[in-house]
Amino acid sequence: MEHIGWNGFCGSAWKNEINVRDFIQSNYKEYLGNGDFLAGATERTSGLMKKLQSLFTLERQYGGVLDIDTATVSSLKSFSPGYIDKENEIIVGMQTNRPLKRSVNPFGGIRMVRQACEAYGYKLSEKVEEEFRFRTTHNDGVFRAYTDEMRAARKSHIITGLPDAYGRGRIIGDYRRVALYGIDRLIAEKKKDKEALAEKTFDTDRIRLDEELFQQITFLGYLKEMAAMYGFDISLPATNAREAIQWTYFGYLGAIKEQNGAAMSLGRVSTFFDIYIERDIKNGFLTEETAQELIDDFVMKLRIARHLRTPEYNELFGGDPMWITEAVGGMGEDGRTLVTKSSYRILNTLYTLGSSPEPNLTVLWSNSLPEGFKKFCAKVSADTDSIQYENDDLMRPIYGDDYAIACCVSAMKVGKQMQFFGARCNLAKLLLVAINGGYDTSSKMHIGPQMPVLDCEKLDFDEVMKRYEIYIEWLSKLYVNTMNIIHYMHDKYAYEKTQMALHDTDVGRFMAFGVAGLSVVADSLSAIKFANVRPLKDENGFITAFETKGNFPKYGNDDDRVDMIAKDMAHRFITELRKTPTYRNAEHTLSVLTITSNVTYGKHTAATPDGRPDGAPFAPGANPMHNREENGALASLNSVAKISYDDCRDGISNTFSITPEALGRTEDERICNLVSILDGYFAKKAHHINVNVMNRETLLKAYENPEAYPNLTIRVSGYAVNFSKLSREQQKEVISRTFHEAI
Amino acid sequence: MTGRIHSIQSLAALDGPGVRFAVFFQGCNLRCGCCHNPDTWDIHGGHEASASELVEKAKRYKEYFGKEGGITLSGGEPLLQAEFAEEIFKLSKEAGINTCLDTSGSILNDSVKRLLNYTDRVLLDIKYTSDELYKKHVGCEMNKVLDFLAYLDESAIPVTLRQVIIPTLNASEDNIKRLTAIANAHKCVDGTELLPFKKMCGIKYENLGINFPFLALPEPDRETMARLNSLL
Repeated sequence: MEHIGWNGFCGSAWKNEINVRDFIQSNYKEYLGNGDFLAGATERTSGLMKKLQSLFTLERQYGGVLDIDTATVSSLKSFSPGYIDKENEIIVGMQTNRPLKRSVNPFGGIRMVRQACEAYGYKLSEKVEEEFRFRTTHNDGVFRAYTDEMRAARKSHIITGLPDAYGRGRIIGDYRRVALYGIDRLIAEKKKDKEALAEKTFDTDRIRLDEELFQQITFLGYLKEMAAMYGFDISLPATNAREAIQWTYFGYLGAIKEQNGAAMSLGRVSTFFDIYIERDIKNGFLTEETAQELIDDFVMKLRIARHLRTPEYNELFGGDPMWITEAVGGMGEDGRTLVTKSSYRILNTLYTLGSSPEPNLTVLWSNSLPEGFKKFCAKVSADTDSIQYENDDLMRPIYGDDYAIACCVSAMKVGKQMQFFGARCNLAKLLLVAINGGYDTSSKMHIGPQMPVLDCEKLDFDEVMKRYEIYIEWLSKLYVNTMNIIHYMHDKYAYEKTQMALHDTDVGRFMAFGVAGLSVVADSLSAIKFANVRPLKDENGFITAFETKGNFPKYGNDDDRVDMIAKDMAHRFITELRKTPTYRNAEHTLSVLTITSNVTYGKHTAATPDGRPDGAPFAPGANPMHNREENGALASLNSVAKISYDDCRDGISNTFSITPEALGRTEDERICNLVSILDGYFAKKAHHINVNVMNRETLLKAYENPEAYPNLTIRVSGYAVNFSKLSREQQKEVISRTFHEAI
Repeated sequence: MTGRIHSIQSLAALDGPGVRFAVFFQGCNLRCGCCHNPDTWDIHGGHEASASELVEKAKRYKEYFGKEGGITLSGGEPLLQAEFAEEIFKLSKEAGINTCLDTSGSILNDSVKRLLNYTDRVLLDIKYTSDELYKKHVGCEMNKVLDFLAYLDESAIPVTLRQVIIPTLNASEDNIKRLTAIANAHKCVDGTELLPFKKMCGIKYENLGINFPFLALPEPDRETMARLNSLL
């Protein structure tokens, strides 16, 4: 059926089936120029942004949370409409009835909600307590099934940050479908899928899917009602750019009202929007200025999205992030670039609205990207420290050309794949536990197989590795089984109805595991192999310290002797994980990503053979340990690039800080050199890089005087934060990282 | 072939065009008062490295070089080990890597001439524009550097002139006029860079127990640098 909203659009496959990619491919216009066409902020935009700025200030003054509605459980229809300034908003919709007011979402677990309320001086209302008294949350379910061993692994911090008490997130609904097809068509398609189930056997899988489809259809209906509360009928396809952005945003808004997942990413919307914007410009309904306004207003909505978190949660995921990740750019399978004018427009919001950590703008970098776009991105990086880069040439062959990034570095086909998020385990601690025969000197707990403490004057590499393998085998199995429980329960008690309604019914699933402390392990094993490491025992006979004599190669210097240890560790771990089957036959994947938990992980890990003292932070993600790089920036990048994406399909995060002076003398030089660095790094098959172009002094000043730098944005580990929102400990760690300087 | 080097730097974005891999040579024949690498002076210091090993390393960064970047030899004074430098450049050219030589240009002999055959660009550090200052603060005659530049002109090797701007010594408009006159008199010169004198290296002198001759001199301010740059 033809809709008025589709006037002027080409192609047919996307009309006959839900296929946003085909719509994009049939209609988008690649843009090969530069950023000269861009418009600045209008008076309306600046006025609205000013209002937001004062709200942000207020939020900061209130200790990070402006207000909590403790009596209303968040859902698609539970709040009356909210506005910043109704007359002046072009795109509308808010999680609650007031900007920055947070709601409670106890479906993941009520204990976390209770604690979060208390941390900010509130008390969860009796009403909500009563509502959930007889309701099983995801958290209840998980702890009913956890074994003693799983609880011990959690308590000893060998596995941390598991989504067993809050929403798992990392699922990206294809929010574009709401705009392109309208809700009625989406419901009709889901009903068809449900009918098709009739032919299948009534086994667990089919019955579960049957119920899920029922829920998906119900929530698509709620989405329609939610939009109606704001005065919009989203039954049918959007008819212009403003509606396309509004409809898409409603899809996203429904998702974040329903779910408080750790990462609630947006997907890949800018080139999709571009098709509508260009049609409107062509028909004289929009100018460049009003087109930018639409994107600006949309991005402002994303910048005020909030979830209620506990202080412990903030230790792992510092800076109050939502990971509203938007993938920008990349190449198409036919060789045309997916860069459009709207790719520029969304990056331009970092100028029109100022720099900001959200949305998490992620450039899909390809060597074939248009030069003008490469340079524009490099300039935005140098000016704002707000964007990250991921290797499109590495991911496109695997995920096609309509994938997006969930959270920081997790690629998935939009609307066709999802993941079961699994935080990470501490490989450095595991090494110490192995050496101590199943005793963790940090938590003072016995975990894993029990055997004698390694008894020797000097640690022997082969002997240590033999031990380590036993413990890797143990932890891998335990980790997979723990994840199986978590995701079984999440599906059962906190299923993502809105988001999964915006996926194909037959969806591909990943189970995403993670490791922390990779560089610590690589350097420690290198020390054991190439230097002299003498273990030192405490009064109970456990090894709590090491005396390391002699030089050893350190990860981060492009030295294969140690870099191959890091690469091999990732390979060993994923190989071991794959041996244990997963819930719903999800594909095992692995990430080397820490968010800000590298500080916490370090705190819970005793001294390591590489010379890292007890409790000292790890390097973030796949980064080399701070200041161990002796051969400069590119050597460090080369080391990280060696870790194979085939082993780590859930992403390899690298955070790179360089002073402007080290990049070149003039702005033009700095931009061109940054482009060369990115081209080179990704040609080496590296996966991800956060780029900060700044001086350590700026951070030191912001550390001393946070109020003076409220908007200072810095990329930390797959995402960006307002420096001022990090804990003091996290700030110190960020300051201590390597800044590649001019020599 | 081997030689003595001080260190390598995988990202050198300030020593020649584009992104470069830099090798800092050990040993220098001059004693400039403003030198920021006193640790490269001693010809017996540093460590030995082979040309092939260094070029193998440089090759690992080829992907980053783009259209403009490549390898830069700096120091120290690379011309003191011209044959070693020649070998590095020769191997670099074979590997398709652009070569750039950062030098004070005070030595011009047959081996230096052979080295220049494999040199794509020279960064020539002209310390001052008067023989008096050269003799007093560098320890060589200015003519030697001008002879070197004349040879580069003859050989049509592109040159970037560089000068460290030091208040009280050469931070004057007259000096810049003389510098541009030198640049204009040589077709091979296609750019001039003024670098602000910096005292960050004071700590290196302290550690080495050597006197830092220019410790008492001020660093130039931004305005001075901007004013002088506008005269180029």
